[in-house]
Amino acid sequence: MIKVLFFAKLREALGQSELQWPLAAEASVEDVRAALVAEYPQWQEALCASNVLTALNQEVVNAKARVKPGDELAFYPPVTGG
Amino acid sequence: MGSTARLKVQVGAADFDAGEEIRLVQALTDSIGGVASFIGAMRSSNDGRRVDSMSLEHYPGMTEKALGRIVDEAANRWQLLGATVIHRVGEFFPGDQIVLVVTAASHRGEAFAACEFIMDYLKTRAPFWKKERTSEGDFWVEARDSDEQAADRW
Repeated sequence: MIKVLFFAKLREALGQSELQWPLAAEASVEDVRAALVAEYPQWQEALCASNVLTALNQEVVNAKARVKPGDELAFYPPVTGG
Repeated sequence: MGSTARLKVQVGAADFDAGEEIRLVQALTDSIGGVASFIGAMRSSNDGRRVDSMSLEHYPGMTEKALGRIVDEAANRWQLLGATVIHRVGEFFPGDQIVLVVTAASHRGEAFAACEFIMDYLKTRAPFWKKERTSEGDFWVEARDSDEQAADRW
């Protein structure tokens, strides 16, 4: 299993802030995103938007990063703090 | 080196006393010759709309790591002798303070530059998101290209 987190506008669009996702073997961030969209087709537009950022275990990563069981993967829109 | 500097990062709902935070940094060592500071506050309007209140959400855990890394980098690049970054989260009203950056160095140039660098990086790298409540409805604040350009200068 991995923990998947969604924040801000993306969290609202998906109607979910967190879920546990079964991950049997190592996969890329892009693989996980595709699997999520296969399970929840209504998430396609929001989750696959070009400006969605990803963090793996709280570090910014790109779509090729490798996800392992036990990891924490976050999807979120561009940041607007300060 | 930044490794000898006292660097403080704080994220939470609590308000801050900028004067007290500046005094704490200034008192760290008598090698300090300049202290720069910046306060970010909530505006009462944005893009022509009146903003009644704002909520600010973050990614607990990652936020503190991201800010810590930004402050470490600033400390190393400008030989800071001390720095404090406080970023609040939760509900805000016009005039409320949101963020404080204090930087101390031997000379003013390093303190000014590090302070601006920390703010530019914070705005584009740290996982915070603002949602504004206005008379026309609620809106997530969109990231600005100008913020990205400001961070790219460094």
